[in-house]
Amino acid sequence: MAEAEHRPQLLIFRPPPVFTAHEDEFSKKFDILKAYQSPLPTDLFITTYAQSVKAVLCSGASPITADLIRHLPSLKFVVTASAGVNHIDLQECRRRGISVANAGVVFSEDVSDVAVGLLIDVLRRISAGDRFVRAGLWPVIDEYPLGSKLGGKRIGIVGMGSIGSEVAKRLEAFGCTISYTSRKKKLSTSYPFYQNVLELAFNCDILVICCALSDQTRHMINGEVMSALGKDGIIINIARGAIINEKELVRRLVNGEIGGAGLDVFENEPSVRKEMLGLYNVVLSPHKAAFTEESFFDAFQLVVGNLEAFFSNKPLLSPITDD
Amino acid sequence: MASSQENLPLVLIHQLPRFAVSFNHWIQSKFRLLEPSDPDFPTLSKSVRVMLCVAPTPVTSDTLNEFPFLECVVGSTAGLDHIDLPECRRRNIRVTSAGEAYSEDVADYAVGLLIDVFRKVSAGDRFVRDGLWTVNGEFPLGSKLGGKRIGILGLGSIGSLIARRLEPFGCIINYNSRKKKPNTCYTYYTNILDLAGNSDALIVCCALTDETHHIINKDVMAALGKKGVIINVGRGALIDEKELVKFLLSGDIGGAGLDVYENEPSIPEELFVLDNVVFSPHRAIATSESFENLRELIVCNLEAFFENKPLRCEVKFE
Repeated sequence: MAEAEHRPQLLIFRPPPVFTAHEDEFSKKFDILKAYQSPLPTDLFITTYAQSVKAVLCSGASPITADLIRHLPSLKFVVTASAGVNHIDLQECRRRGISVANAGVVFSEDVSDVAVGLLIDVLRRISAGDRFVRAGLWPVIDEYPLGSKLGGKRIGIVGMGSIGSEVAKRLEAFGCTISYTSRKKKLSTSYPFYQNVLELAFNCDILVICCALSDQTRHMINGEVMSALGKDGIIINIARGAIINEKELVRRLVNGEIGGAGLDVFENEPSVRKEMLGLYNVVLSPHKAAFTEESFFDAFQLVVGNLEAFFSNKPLLSPITDD
Repeated sequence: MASSQENLPLVLIHQLPRFAVSFNHWIQSKFRLLEPSDPDFPTLSKSVRVMLCVAPTPVTSDTLNEFPFLECVVGSTAGLDHIDLPECRRRNIRVTSAGEAYSEDVADYAVGLLIDVFRKVSAGDRFVRDGLWTVNGEFPLGSKLGGKRIGILGLGSIGSLIARRLEPFGCIINYNSRKKKPNTCYTYYTNILDLAGNSDALIVCCALTDETHHIINKDVMAALGKKGVIINVGRGALIDEKELVKFLLSGDIGGAGLDVYENEPSIPEELFVLDNVVFSPHRAIATSESFENLRELIVCNLEAFFENKPLRCEVKFE
């Protein structure tokens, strides 16, 4: 009987949305240790219940710090339900020989679809128009600012990984020209490469941020980059809020020193700087660019697949490798 | 009026007051503009030869009766359903349209509306602006575009641009058109009902004619199904709006992105309670680039008319 079979233990500090959406199926395969449901503080919970835990499922809301890792002596595998791994202390994992897996590319298409949707929205004022109509302002107010055409715009992709290349492929069909910056030039693409984001910004009208958050990329989109992009420039961010100096971005948006922004991520989610709420050239999204029924199912399958591979000593499906 | 103005060729500006757009400042240096407010309107209207029809301002038989010497209507829109074309033909009045001056912008906008409805972009923006993200972090999941079957109604200039934009999203393109188009790899359906039955979303971008009036009716909506999405960048009357409202309110259709309505600027406000509808105030063409294209086309056609040169985007009466 299934109940008598040994289900491996899986520790979860805060439930990722992918887990919640498929909790029943997870529970059939794994003995879930729900730290978030315990009245005990986390460190006491770990000492009491998690000393023999080998695997942890996490996401951005439940960072896996060096401190946490040191309190889990049996930990051998961390799997995150996200593409991003900036919330995991990879160096400590490496030191301890702990394998790490992420969500691979399961979210890339959906995230890139929203990146394009946000860009069209900013340039063509779709959400602003929807608000305008819902507020009863059509036909009361005749004048309405014109939008701006996509075709011919120069797009600068920051980070030409899986998401960046999906964004590029879509925007080409609208007649945009694509260039990029990345840690390394990609031999597989022929888009023009710029060594750094400043040069990219000088030569583009729009930046789409698709890279990982790391020490190198924190606040990489700073005032200098925004000046280079220019006062009609647009920034789309579906990566991590902290890649942009958000205070500086908001200041420039309010002062008309930058053309607009489409943001799915913020430095201090779910808080959004209130100055942005009054701006019509900004489209705000509550960190959901990855979230579709379909991607959640794919992510669920991938997470389970990785866990099953780990527990049966098989190669992981989407391991993070050093690079 | 300066006398130099009076020597300029006369152009009638035919425009409903509710349309705020104006081309006057672009053309008044080359042409004498005649508007109903002009004190000489009663006399000059009896001799004016060319009309600039601004936005979908109706040109009916009664309109044409007011201007007995009219030879040409220069339109500023791609759609011509507001012009009585058979009547123009009968009176030998030539008609020009906006041709493809803004097809790309309409196509971009249609795709933007589609992404918005499937991925709840405007709803998400409202959620954040209303302060709900901090209060209640939950937001419903969207629906992936990749793999969706998109039924394009009308594979003309706009429809084919929409199709090409949706391909890299992994969408499967179906279409219905007056005639099957050679050289496309998209699946053709001979009628709208079959198209709807085999699609997850319909994008309406065909011309409004007697045949296409209310072509999206309740049978089509039922065939599209409960998760189906309708995007309309054509004309409001292509959809039976009363039925659409019923289907949306009862949840018998998945959502809609509407740039046009049957009785603009009236909007079915009962739909404002819904998060799966995106409202647009008939703006799919509204970019500075499209208006620049239109300006150039209008000036070109007005000049060509007076110089007896061929007109661009002229309607071919069969």
